[in-house]
Amino acid sequence: MRPAWAGHCPDLSSERDNHMKHAILSGIAAIAIATALTGTALAADISGAGSTFVYPLLAKWADTYKTATGIGLNYQSIGSGGGIKQVEAKTVTFGATDKPLGDDELSKNGLVQFPIVMGGIVPIVNIDGVKPGDLVLDGPTLAGLFLGKITSWDDPAIKALNPSLTLPATPVVIAHRSDGSGTTFNFTDYLSKESADWKDAVGSDTAVEWPVGVGAKGSEGVANTVKQTAGSIGYVEYAYASQNALSYTKMVNANGKTVEPNLDSFGAAAANADFANAKNFNLIITNQPGDASWPIAASTWVLIHAQPDDAAAAGEALKFFDWAYKNGKDQAKALDYVSIPDSVVTLIEKSWDGIQSGGKPIFAAQ
Amino acid sequence: MAATAGVGVGDDGALRLARQKAQNAVVQDRFFYWLTFACAALVVVLLLGVMVSLLIGAWPALSTFGPAFVITERWSPVKEIFGALAPIYGTIVTSLIAMIIGIPVSFGIAIFLTELCPVPLRRPIGIAIELLAGIPSIIYGLWGFFFLAPFMQTTIQPALIGSIGKLPVIGILFGGAPYGIGLLTAGIILAIMVLPFITSITRDVFETVPTLLRESSYGMGMTTWEVVRSIIIPYTRVGLVGGIMLGLGRALGETMAVTFVIGNSHNIMPSLLAPATTISATIANEFTEATGELYTSSLIALGLILFVITFLVLGLAKWMLGRAEVK
Repeated sequence: MRPAWAGHCPDLSSERDNHMKHAILSGIAAIAIATALTGTALAADISGAGSTFVYPLLAKWADTYKTATGIGLNYQSIGSGGGIKQVEAKTVTFGATDKPLGDDELSKNGLVQFPIVMGGIVPIVNIDGVKPGDLVLDGPTLAGLFLGKITSWDDPAIKALNPSLTLPATPVVIAHRSDGSGTTFNFTDYLSKESADWKDAVGSDTAVEWPVGVGAKGSEGVANTVKQTAGSIGYVEYAYASQNALSYTKMVNANGKTVEPNLDSFGAAAANADFANAKNFNLIITNQPGDASWPIAASTWVLIHAQPDDAAAAGEALKFFDWAYKNGKDQAKALDYVSIPDSVVTLIEKSWDGIQSGGKPIFAAQ
Repeated sequence: MAATAGVGVGDDGALRLARQKAQNAVVQDRFFYWLTFACAALVVVLLLGVMVSLLIGAWPALSTFGPAFVITERWSPVKEIFGALAPIYGTIVTSLIAMIIGIPVSFGIAIFLTELCPVPLRRPIGIAIELLAGIPSIIYGLWGFFFLAPFMQTTIQPALIGSIGKLPVIGILFGGAPYGIGLLTAGIILAIMVLPFITSITRDVFETVPTLLRESSYGMGMTTWEVVRSIIIPYTRVGLVGGIMLGLGRALGETMAVTFVIGNSHNIMPSLLAPATTISATIANEFTEATGELYTSSLIALGLILFVITFLVLGLAKWMLGRAEVK
């Protein structure tokens, strides 16, 4: 039935339909995001989902592993939160997360976790006359900047750490990740350890209530915001900073030593991490002791069911990780990741005895 | 089904065949009626299904925070305190900026195309506008982030801060530091995105004005401006409202382009140059890493709010069309 006014303006009825259709579409779009976390796994391949941080390395490993064994890996880099949800729902064999799960959540879902690789996070700055590696910061100063308490680059706290540097009176602009991210989790965990104010006011998580600054999507977003904005500071994964020649800072570590971000200092942080005494490998490796340790180091954990429904698939996944620990070190290094130290690998593979089928450890039986 | 009554009575073979055919036609029509009815019903069922699932998903957040969810600003995933005011504010303000810029420009284009444009130019300009509508929103986002935002930061925003920003009262809208990204930049991107939608509808309805009416007006010595203001716009008022609402609906729900240039901050600032966030940008940013029931539920509740806002806009449009019809 055409409304009365349609007689005057023939185009309007179709235009009204379009309008209605559009309204419905935008509603459906909202729900589509909500239900986007579905996925299916290929039968022959190992299936996994989660952390975007570890994706470039997993892809590289998987490629080599497929050539060597014929078994592929189907990994969806949908983010740690998505990886946790999918492994809990058993739609994938393993999940990968940049934020370890607590003991309660692990036991509730019958999951075990272990670290597979480590890396570093570096602050990047854009200050007139400051070159990569020129600026030195420590935890409390970094927290002061991100809390909005230090508002100018010639602040006495920054000058005290950099006596030889001429710092301009440029206002500080904070750039942070707007999307939930394991990078944010480790960075805010470090700030929480170094600053009681940060811990009380903000805390640590994959997304936090930023007191100041602009949010940019992804590491590319943060890096470009910093590049474009004079006086800005942000944080990105080391691989991103080194490959794009960004102006990174040095940091004062837990032992009071000034360290440069590189694979050696990340490796030192990993080597000094006391995984032997960490239940469920739940150890966040920020602010680790050691003269050479980089303070903002990060790891990625794999989550897998302790009593998997599909024992064969879980066995294949464990075989893949075993292969990666032993043969994937050079590839990890080439992509600016830090391999798990051999001593920790021994601990991890021992913990795999807890992944069982029919009362027998799956990995040892192979 | 009246046609079935006569079947089987006739003794003439040809007549029986004709009746059989008629009956088949009736069955076919019935079948076709129910088939199309099912298609139409599917839309309604889908719509209700979306609404119900949004409500169920949003319930933990809504029951935990109550009305405070829509009137508080604090959004803290760490402490699990969620308030949607900042995204709601950002959604409405960016859409308003888009409308303030988009409507006059669209009308200008439409008036030029229908009233003033030399005929050989009409097609190229019309095609250019349609192509603008075809650009995916992610491209607008990238373009906004890499080109528009730096341009805003180095040129437009310092000029605004230095001029309007110094005025009393209104100056507060243009204060602060030039970040490049923020409400104004997002509003401008949205204005560019809604432009083709409003323009094409406006142009189409302007063309429905009878030539007789138009020519008579010119014949009586009216200027182009007078014809547009007194004849064309009143005549097409209903269609114009529809076009504007279509553009507004697009602006409210736009996600990717906005996410790149809005600044994604959950703090409400008075300045239009400050970073902010919108409902769809918040969902797109935070859903992948949202852990915990309350966090996920709060994001779904944001989706529900966007749904409600879109519905209100639609309702308002219908109401305005209804009023215009009565006149």
